[in-house]
Amino acid sequence: MQQDFYIKDWVKIKDGKISNSKSEIFNSSEKNLDFFLKSVYDFLELKYPKFHKMDGLSKLGILGTEILFRKNSISTDTALILSNNASSLETDRQFQESTKTFASPALFVYTLPNIVLGEVSIKFKLQSENAFFIAESFNAELLKNYTESLLTSGKSSEVLCGWLNLQNGEYDVFLCLISPEINISFSEESLKNLYFAEND
Amino acid sequence: MKKLYLLDDAIISPLGFSIEENISAIREGKSGLQLQQKPEITENSFYAGIIDESPLNDAFKAIRNPKKYTKLEKMMLLAVQQILNKNPNLNLAETALVITTTKGNINLLKDPGNFLEIRLKLSELGKVIANFFGFILKPIIVSNACISGGLGLAVTRRLGSIGKLKNALVVGGDLVSDFVVSGFNSFQALSQEACKPFSRDRNGISLGEAAAAMLVSIDKPESSGNIALIGDSTVNDANHISGPSRTGEGLYQSIQKALKEASISTTEINFLSAHGTATIYNDEMESMAFHRSGLQNTPLHSLKGYFGHTLGASALIESIVTKHSMLKNHLYSSKNFGELGVSKSLNIIQQNGEKQINYALKTASGFGGCNLALVFKKE
Repeated sequence: MQQDFYIKDWVKIKDGKISNSKSEIFNSSEKNLDFFLKSVYDFLELKYPKFHKMDGLSKLGILGTEILFRKNSISTDTALILSNNASSLETDRQFQESTKTFASPALFVYTLPNIVLGEVSIKFKLQSENAFFIAESFNAELLKNYTESLLTSGKSSEVLCGWLNLQNGEYDVFLCLISPEINISFSEESLKNLYFAEND
Repeated sequence: MKKLYLLDDAIISPLGFSIEENISAIREGKSGLQLQQKPEITENSFYAGIIDESPLNDAFKAIRNPKKYTKLEKMMLLAVQQILNKNPNLNLAETALVITTTKGNINLLKDPGNFLEIRLKLSELGKVIANFFGFILKPIIVSNACISGGLGLAVTRRLGSIGKLKNALVVGGDLVSDFVVSGFNSFQALSQEACKPFSRDRNGISLGEAAAAMLVSIDKPESSGNIALIGDSTVNDANHISGPSRTGEGLYQSIQKALKEASISTTEINFLSAHGTATIYNDEMESMAFHRSGLQNTPLHSLKGYFGHTLGASALIESIVTKHSMLKNHLYSSKNFGELGVSKSLNIIQQNGEKQINYALKTASGFGGCNLALVFKKE
């Protein structure tokens, strides 16, 4: 029997604004990425010292998941399925620059896009399925299909899936929590509608 | 979950540009690793498996102008071309293209040469390969550290199981770029000798570059003697982003879940293709996970002494070699193994041998705490 899945909640971080399925929760005119990330960290009263050593992509991932997971109880087998276009290129450039003097191991660790999945897993103690996909643009079809395959096969009871892109200081984050719990119907169209709303 | 059948495959590596050359080099104990000097990056010499560009260009000339493609693209395109040559009737309009890599064309960051900046992007790498052959479906690009190549097979099986694809070409590749050499060197993770997985005197990894491709299908081939992926799982350690879990928890759980899905017990696994990077902590972690899984008597090897660590290609290449091991019932020795140097006993293959292999397990682990287990069956 085909089981139905739903978008239990979502969060979007873009252009200084943070919103979720209920409302806008944060708005800042700060243009500098590092200052913006710090202001969100302070707003959330996060108190997670490890945050400060992370690269921008991981910080965005931690902030987004924190907002989602605070509002929703999650199980340890919640899968993490993320995608983006720029991979870890923002940090890759910084690491490449460091090689002109002393190559930085602290930067090198973050030159893989899936490191954010590790950081989120550590913060929320998730021992679960992970995958990071790269795509030219928001890949609703793949995210929907892969999420569905994990849920229907029973590999995961819930899935956090979404888009987490950072390039040239511009960030575009859209994360969804997918579960059997009834809320917004889970489909390629609904993912696209939510992602593209106010995103054009 | 449906089974995923492993059909034709190709490996482009320093050991050769055909599957036959690569498998026979392993049988003969040849290594692709050579001493490298890169004084502009590191004063220490190191071993790595690097493909000579001149024979690569010669091989590539047969299909297209080598100047228009990066080294990695040439390697990956050649691998795919070999499979398409063997399968002229494959319908590319309904064949998925799954690309697995950690860093793609990252070498262009330092020296773009004649290539546009966009060529750095992994999405562009996907486009180049898709357009070269005329794949219609959007490429699926997996970049999940050193489990990428194997995860590409698992992703294909999962999407195939819910009816989203039938056939796929899974392609993996990574380079020994100055970027990764600098990075692993900054980590002090590069061995100054050829790497020695699971050995007492192991002291770090040797990097390698390679491309591999594998044609896979959800539909069972008509011919007999097939290898199928029947169980797969990834579990994150949730412990540390660059160091493996001391207890091997994520890998242990991955193995348990993959075996459960395959509905077999540990004792039925005839052969284990380990990750075995030859860093102190990785190999120790694997020994813990294997021991906890009851795999201490199962013959195992690491192929890193032959190819080096080929990053996003490694788990795909090792799955391909596993497939050929299973079909021929051959056990290949774990190159450069000396005396066991992990705290739990393991059955490391020290000499080539013969064994009926009905079930095999392939594992991989990587930065970000990721782990993967794949169960293959001969039928």
